[in-house]
Amino acid sequence: MNAEVRPIRTAAESGLIEAFEAARAALPGGETAARLREDAFRAFAAKGLPNRRVEEWKYTDLRAIMREARPLVVTLSEADVAASRDLLPFGDVDAVRIVFVNGRLAPSLSQLNDAPEGIRIVLLADALAADAQHALLLEGAPADNAAIALNTAFASDGLMISVDEGVSVVKPIHVANVQTGGAHAAYGRVLVSVGKGASLTLVESHSGDPAGHQTNTLIGLDLADDAKATHLKLQDEGLGTLHLATFAARLAARSALTSVSLSSGAAAARQQVFLAFKGEKATADINGAGFAGGRRHLDSTLVIHHEAPGCASRELFKTALDGEARSVFQGKIVVQPVAQKTDGKMMAKALLLSNDAEADAKPELEIFADDVVCGHGATVGAIDDELLFYLMSRGLPKAEAEALLVQAFVGEVLESVEHDQLRDALSARAERWLRERD
Amino acid sequence: MLSIKNLHASIEDKQILRGLDLEVKAGEVHAIMGPNGSGKSTLSYVLAGKDDYEVTEGSATLDGQDLFAMEPDERAAAGLFLAFQYPLEIPGVATMTFLKTALNAQRRARGEAELPTPQFMKLVREKADSLSISTEMLKRGLNVGFSGGEKKRNEVLQMALLEPKLCVLDETDSGLDIDALRIVSQGVNALRAQNRSFVVITHYQRLLDHIVPDVVHVMAKGRIVRTGGAELAHELEARGYADYLEEAA
Ligand SMILES: Nc1ncnc2c1ncn2[C@@H]1O[C@H](COP(=O)(O)OP(=O)(O)OP(=O)(O)O)[C@@H](O)[C@H]1O
Ligand SMILES: [Mg+2]
Repeated sequence: MNAEVRPIRTAAESGLIEAFEAARAALPGGETAARLREDAFRAFAAKGLPNRRVEEWKYTDLRAIMREARPLVVTLSEADVAASRDLLPFGDVDAVRIVFVNGRLAPSLSQLNDAPEGIRIVLLADALAADAQHALLLEGAPADNAAIALNTAFASDGLMISVDEGVSVVKPIHVANVQTGGAHAAYGRVLVSVGKGASLTLVESHSGDPAGHQTNTLIGLDLADDAKATHLKLQDEGLGTLHLATFAARLAARSALTSVSLSSGAAAARQQVFLAFKGEKATADINGAGFAGGRRHLDSTLVIHHEAPGCASRELFKTALDGEARSVFQGKIVVQPVAQKTDGKMMAKALLLSNDAEADAKPELEIFADDVVCGHGATVGAIDDELLFYLMSRGLPKAEAEALLVQAFVGEVLESVEHDQLRDALSARAERWLRERD
Repeated sequence: MLSIKNLHASIEDKQILRGLDLEVKAGEVHAIMGPNGSGKSTLSYVLAGKDDYEVTEGSATLDGQDLFAMEPDERAAAGLFLAFQYPLEIPGVATMTFLKTALNAQRRARGEAELPTPQFMKLVREKADSLSISTEMLKRGLNVGFSGGEKKRNEVLQMALLEPKLCVLDETDSGLDIDALRIVSQGVNALRAQNRSFVVITHYQRLLDHIVPDVVHVMAKGRIVRTGGAELAHELEARGYADYLEEAA
């Protein structure tokens, strides 16, 4: 017998199916968009929520974590917009800010018309109405990935940003996502293309109240030849939120990407990074810092595809864990036969501040070219007692000495942010975690 | 100032200190010399409160306060300072940040106000200058990329800044070149005061030419086996420890 076993739907899966049926007619885009959404949702529904028997989700069993599907917010209330103001980070950073509250654009908080010269910011709904169907296609990332498929199916409010050839945008573009009010689901999708020789700083933030929200965000970034992009992410969701995030970047020849993220929030978070090197001599630096206490769960999953010669990729992820928190780092570097002279290095370090915290790391290399330098490593350790004693012997109380050592640990990641105000804001967030350890 | 009575301490069930007595009065400089492995660093760690060591018997008080009832940071705030034989490197913690955090932590513990940054900077610059420590070094991670001698000078800088009552220097002279030895000794001598005492652990009589001790002790196998004046150091220099090793056995 070879009968296919039809899985019994969980409450969350049934809820998602109902939600898609209810929402589909009103989702933006023409026929093609509707078909792409349908395909994506079917791909999801065929397999359901991934569980620990699915290799890529082994440490983050989404079926167990996601008990039910939260409702979408159809119309954004003024009260929620007002409440979101206090939850917005980077308030004093000089940036072009576009704010989504509960997955919906909040025009009164956004500066859609203040885009600097040479950059176009279009709402996803408008782009889809004008038939820019590629907004729903994401090359270089697996379409059947549950988080991506759900985003493609449901995304309604989002942005398409393009920077013209040769234009350097100095002011950062800050896409802020805030969740507030009753527990809900929010999908966000931002697609960015940076033209030849152009440059851009993109900041994304995720924050909110402690309700059990479910967020699913996707950023697609296309770098043309010689383009440069800096990507900063603050994941500071409320502590009840389930955060699923995808960052997919395609790099053309000699382009350069720097990405720094700080994960300090969410009950459970999975951030997926897919990089594809498409042109020669491109470089990418992906750095992440994370903090978790309580019973929180932080997953960073990276897949780096080297598909062109002479490119360099660097990943450094540092996580400090307290309480019964758990971190997962999965990093895979794939080097195709054409990608000679690839230089790829990946490192994950976890610092355990309690005996009940746990860090898992799964690095993988798949190398099909012979002239490459690739390496990865992972370390898990506790605070060094000798260093702690040295600091205490100088008068630092234990908690303060520990905080200083944790700060030193993640400092390496946060210091890679070149923008002073943004770096200071991230450091301040790190300091707050060290006081609260939540 | 410091009063140690019948101190016994062990590490991993290995007895290191075996009934050590030491009295240091305010304003005095005591030197402790003794063969490798006799327990000199152990004594300094036990006083500072390193928790690898277990005190099995005896007492130690600093101006009447029971040291063993306090955490290491409380001992520091009470006025104890240990210059480490092997200062540690802490990448990511700038030396300047560390100095400021330490000074303010101690001030807070003593109920004093924190020092405003400009005043603090001025103070550090002054003290660092006198120890030939450059501003560039202060910006680096704590002891990171410091040479052996620079690390020792940095220990003395911390001492000068924190102004402790009792300074324990564990082989601060080891690894110093001739000029650095003079600079460090001057730094220590500048701190000598009526209400401040020193316990200087060293292998070399040479240091004691610069920092002239009031009392010299010989330590062997976990005890003080002989006590004398500055001349005792010269005698040890000439004859070595052979006599004491037999006596203590
Ligand atoms: N962690 C440890 N485990 C076991 N034995 C130890 C440990 N630390 C120190 N000892 C032992 O304790 C004894 C005393 O060591 P200590 O470092 O106090 O000697 P010292 O007098 O400072 O020597 P030196 O002059 O070489 O600095 C030595 O025999 C040493 O091997
Ligand atoms: Mg020693």
